[in-house]
Amino acid sequence: MSTYTLRAKRRRAAFRTAAFMSPWLIGFTVFFAYPMLSTVYFSFMHYDGFKPPTWSGTQNWTYVFEHYPYFWPALRNTLWLVLVTVTLRVLFGLGVGMLITKIKTATGVFRTLFYLPYLAPPVAATMAFAFLLNPGTGPVNSLLEKIGLPAPGWFNDPHWSKPALTLLFLWGIGDLMVIFMAALLDVPKEQYEAAELDGASAWQRFRFVTLPNISPIVMFAVVTGVIQAMQCYTQPLIAGKVASGVIQGAGTQFEPGYPEKSTLTLPQLIYNLGFQRFDYGSACVVALVLFALSMVFTAFLMRRRGGLIQAGD
Amino acid sequence: MTQVLDKPVELKEPAVSPAERTARRRALLEWIAVHSLGLAAALFFTLPFVFVLLTSLMSDSQALSRDLIPHTWEWSNYRRVFDTPGFLTWWRNTLVYAGLGTVLTVVSSIPVAYALAKFRFRGRNLSLMLVISMMMLPPQVVVIPMYLFWAKQLDLSGTLWPLIIPLAFGDAFSIFLLRQFLMTIPNEYLDAARVDGCGDLRTLLRVVLPMAKPGIAAVALFQFFNAWNDYFGPQIYTSENPGAWTLSYGLESFKGAHHTDWNLTMAATVLVMAPVILVFFFAQKAFVEGVTLTGVKG
Repeated sequence: MSTYTLRAKRRRAAFRTAAFMSPWLIGFTVFFAYPMLSTVYFSFMHYDGFKPPTWSGTQNWTYVFEHYPYFWPALRNTLWLVLVTVTLRVLFGLGVGMLITKIKTATGVFRTLFYLPYLAPPVAATMAFAFLLNPGTGPVNSLLEKIGLPAPGWFNDPHWSKPALTLLFLWGIGDLMVIFMAALLDVPKEQYEAAELDGASAWQRFRFVTLPNISPIVMFAVVTGVIQAMQCYTQPLIAGKVASGVIQGAGTQFEPGYPEKSTLTLPQLIYNLGFQRFDYGSACVVALVLFALSMVFTAFLMRRRGGLIQAGD
Repeated sequence: MTQVLDKPVELKEPAVSPAERTARRRALLEWIAVHSLGLAAALFFTLPFVFVLLTSLMSDSQALSRDLIPHTWEWSNYRRVFDTPGFLTWWRNTLVYAGLGTVLTVVSSIPVAYALAKFRFRGRNLSLMLVISMMMLPPQVVVIPMYLFWAKQLDLSGTLWPLIIPLAFGDAFSIFLLRQFLMTIPNEYLDAARVDGCGDLRTLLRVVLPMAKPGIAAVALFQFFNAWNDYFGPQIYTSENPGAWTLSYGLESFKGAHHTDWNLTMAATVLVMAPVILVFFFAQKAFVEGVTLTGVKG
């Protein structure tokens, strides 16, 4: 084949690739690269959306880190969600996944029941939980009192609001249950049989056969869970709003993180700074903090060796 | 028969070694343990739905009490929810956002996923990594410039367009999920089509797409529910104009309008959850497959 036709062929292949990739190439530029650069730009600007932006140096940064009273509580809450909620979610998801592989009666029914809460729209699920856990008339506290247990204030008590959120997240475990179940069923049966012949106890079989086999999936669940926890926005916001009894509507001011900033997360600050205080510059500072955090974990997910999502061939 | 019964029937158990007996006893205990745990879990996952449904059928006064079971079953609560100003508009808006958005996502994500799964080109791994990064990126990171772009430059705030238009340019999660699915289609099919003289587009449309139907169904479902569940997007772009609110966003304001009416609020909550759950029963397989594919390395 002559060089000429080879080059023409290559050019055609490049054109073909570009054509197929074009929706995403445009999307990436317009909806990611450009806004990302703008976010960096605005983080050094005073901008309220009306007067033209003016250079502010590092003022937004010092404001957010030193004077904005919501930043550190929000970061602490986000880290709490990342550490406590994600750990519990993974453990619970794995437990339910193992349970479902052991149930031999009406498996389909159980599986569907366990999966359904995952589908509940977050706003609806949070409103339902705000009602269920409502300290005055909520059915959960009614039941707790009937059996003589203390009835906590849940979303109305700063010490209980995050556990209440965790309960809501544990309820929606369906996706994790499914991937754990798939992974558990993939563990080679022979390994269990061999372990049993060697006289391994149930715990030893779990520790030395199950766990090594499903560890990539556990890691996947941890990392994606961490990323979800960092994006956590709707549930704490709605829980706080409903519990505080604020009358909602467009433009209603609302003390973020009710009660006592205990349900504040980083994404909420971006909304608060940008769309309630019209301080777009400081909102972009928080956005960059969030970006940095999420990129650390994404990199973990995609490490070249031992990464969980491989490009491969 | 009678003759048999004349003889005393020996009810002796077949000889069982003690070891076997303990093994059987353990198996029975395990069965009981597993099923009690299963029932406990089933209660944890279903009771919230049950309480929400029960409350949605209570009378106004009873909804403020601590009762768990309705005295009278007020099915009219659901009609009252539909009669609330705006509720039907929110349904329509949600269907537009979810329906149009899903079609655009699927159409724009397929070619990209196909290229990432089946073409060899320089920068493919980099592109895939960027897709995954975008998938992991909290939407709030870029929301300030995006809002300024749609609201100040294009004057489209108060409409659904800032939510829908970006979906015409591929959605990172959908691209990734479809790519995972297309990786499972053997290359031999594509080679055969090429030998038969199919161009790239024809191969994609005639050979790959029919085989990728389950993957496409999964992507469509996820996208539909993402739009259905989305709260942040509608809050940013439509909050100023109640005529453009979606169900998820409207539901939250509903609680404000019906301040203490837990029964009506829960009826509305049921109405927002119901379609999702109904669709799930018709498309379980696509759902579960989609969830599994995103959790497995490609």
